[in-house]
Amino acid sequence: MTSTGQAAGSVRRLAGALHRRPRLRLSLLLGAPLLWLVVAYLGSLAVLFLSALWTTDSFTSEVVKVWSAENFSALVSEPLYRQVALRSIGVALAVTALCAVIAFPVAFYTARVAHPRRRPLLVVAILTPLWASYLVKVYAWRLILSAQGPLDWVLAPFGVSGPGYGRAATVIVLTYLWLPYMILPVHAGLERLPESLLDASADLGARSWRTFRSVVLPMVLPSVAAGSVFTFSLSLGDYITVQIVGGKTQLIGNLVYSNVTLNLPLAAALGTVPVVVIVLYLLAVRRSGASSSL
Amino acid sequence: MEAAAIRLRDVTKAFGRFTAVAGIDLEMSDGEFFSMLGPSGSGKTTVLRLIAGFETPTAGAVELAGRDVTRLAPFERDVHTVFQDYALFPHMTVEQNIAYSLKIRRVPRPERLRRAGEALEQVRLTGYGKRRPAQLSGGQRQRVALARALVGRPKVLLLDEPLGALDLKLREQMQTELKQIQRDVGITFVFVTHDQEEALTLSDRIAVFHRGRVEQVGTPAQIYERPANTFVAGFVGTSNLLTGEAAERVVGASGTYSIRPEKIRVLDGAAAGDDPEHTTAAGTVADVLYLGDVTRFVVDLDAGGRLTALQQNLETSSEDVAAYRGARVGLRWRRRHTVRIPDPG
Repeated sequence: MTSTGQAAGSVRRLAGALHRRPRLRLSLLLGAPLLWLVVAYLGSLAVLFLSALWTTDSFTSEVVKVWSAENFSALVSEPLYRQVALRSIGVALAVTALCAVIAFPVAFYTARVAHPRRRPLLVVAILTPLWASYLVKVYAWRLILSAQGPLDWVLAPFGVSGPGYGRAATVIVLTYLWLPYMILPVHAGLERLPESLLDASADLGARSWRTFRSVVLPMVLPSVAAGSVFTFSLSLGDYITVQIVGGKTQLIGNLVYSNVTLNLPLAAALGTVPVVVIVLYLLAVRRSGASSSL
Repeated sequence: MEAAAIRLRDVTKAFGRFTAVAGIDLEMSDGEFFSMLGPSGSGKTTVLRLIAGFETPTAGAVELAGRDVTRLAPFERDVHTVFQDYALFPHMTVEQNIAYSLKIRRVPRPERLRRAGEALEQVRLTGYGKRRPAQLSGGQRQRVALARALVGRPKVLLLDEPLGALDLKLREQMQTELKQIQRDVGITFVFVTHDQEEALTLSDRIAVFHRGRVEQVGTPAQIYERPANTFVAGFVGTSNLLTGEAAERVVGASGTYSIRPEKIRVLDGAAAGDDPEHTTAAGTVADVLYLGDVTRFVVDLDAGGRLTALQQNLETSSEDVAAYRGARVGLRWRRRHTVRIPDPG
């Protein structure tokens, strides 16, 4: 009894000492994660930027640690890089827009129409695709989209054929992959929307479409923006889906991948493009007030 | 005769197995301040939502100005609502909130702004048009909700416990303003509240709700002085009932009787006997509560039963009051203030 009493006493003293030293408490709490964040995240980012400023020996492909802005100027001057960067942004924007358009009705159903007791089950159902392996899902889509594959077979009676492998296929598959990341925040946003606001809008004479346009959409827009941060950045960084269903389409990720062994500094410079684009995107999204919905 | 502003005909509303409203008939006339009073869960808010069109009755009909609107959507009814939580659109300014119904009706912008300005003036919030609801206090939000509902000039305004979230001082001030506004615009106000004092102060007529039914409809004086049954007697004002043997010994007849506390005088020592004008009863003070302006005596009668009496503190002070605990007193009230409560059924 005395030993447990003593132990309890020392724990109490320690708790008291920590209570009186809020800074010490905070550093104990955040020390380990901060160390990880600085070393692993910021450290690797710093190395990325530094290596982008080096060059390579054109014969041996060895990295030469000579400072130069050559790689960055190549990004701007080389039409191919510019084209690929713009194409990647275009694909990411298309995926984001498609996700938003599909996610809204789904989330509206799961958050407001479905019976409250069934809602958690529906949310789980939306998340189930995330349990399966990324590669398996993309290869499944490769089968679906293949020539004379299931999609062509389904569309044949209508006299059309599937898009085949290419940019459209990439957009479709990426949309499928990242859709849950859009549905979840929109679902949460719609669930938070007070019922009385919808009643009030109808009460003041608004039909359903008007209420959607003037009340629901502006109030859920921050949630859509939050979801778009995921869909946009995930799409911009992807290179495997493009390789599997993209045909000859090249995105930034592919350029990085193909340059890693030959010209690491150039790959690093290419790698900074999505970082910069996403930072700009986040700044734009922040203005919409989405940071509070993330 | 002109059709009633609102008419409910045998309206029933069930949610699954729960019957919120069980066969209600009500009529509210033009320009009337009509209150629906009752404890929570008594069905009064459901009736309001049925009039607004947020709910469709399970049976019965709702008529507005003689027109059957039972199956019409809220946006097809000439009725606006002030919600309990105000339901202001947080992403719009005060002005945009108020002008919302006008914008939907395609009222040109200059007229929209003019009318929104007038509505703001009516609720004494001129100059607040560019603010967001989040920048306003509770009382100000309440006024904006009122202005938003009034700006479309509806025939009927529905108010769902609009003062419930305000503190006492502000609530009393808003009651006065609400009554003033109702007189100015001259339209029918249907007011839901669980606060009997609020209902008595504001209303032309009151419907007392209990378990999905209307127990009594009448003017505040009728409801207060002539309660139709024990529920109304107990819910409106302090319950002061004499039943059974106590009733027979004090009143001299069987049945259930109600005497309002402020009608009863507390006399020192034994009371003089009954006379043609007055009833008297002797008893012992069980509890005394000093409430500032009045003192509340709870007296156990020798005849059985317990009565509460309210006395103005004309000459007594808090010290005198304490001495009454346990004292023998006589109670005396005018015979006509003994109200017989009809037996149920």
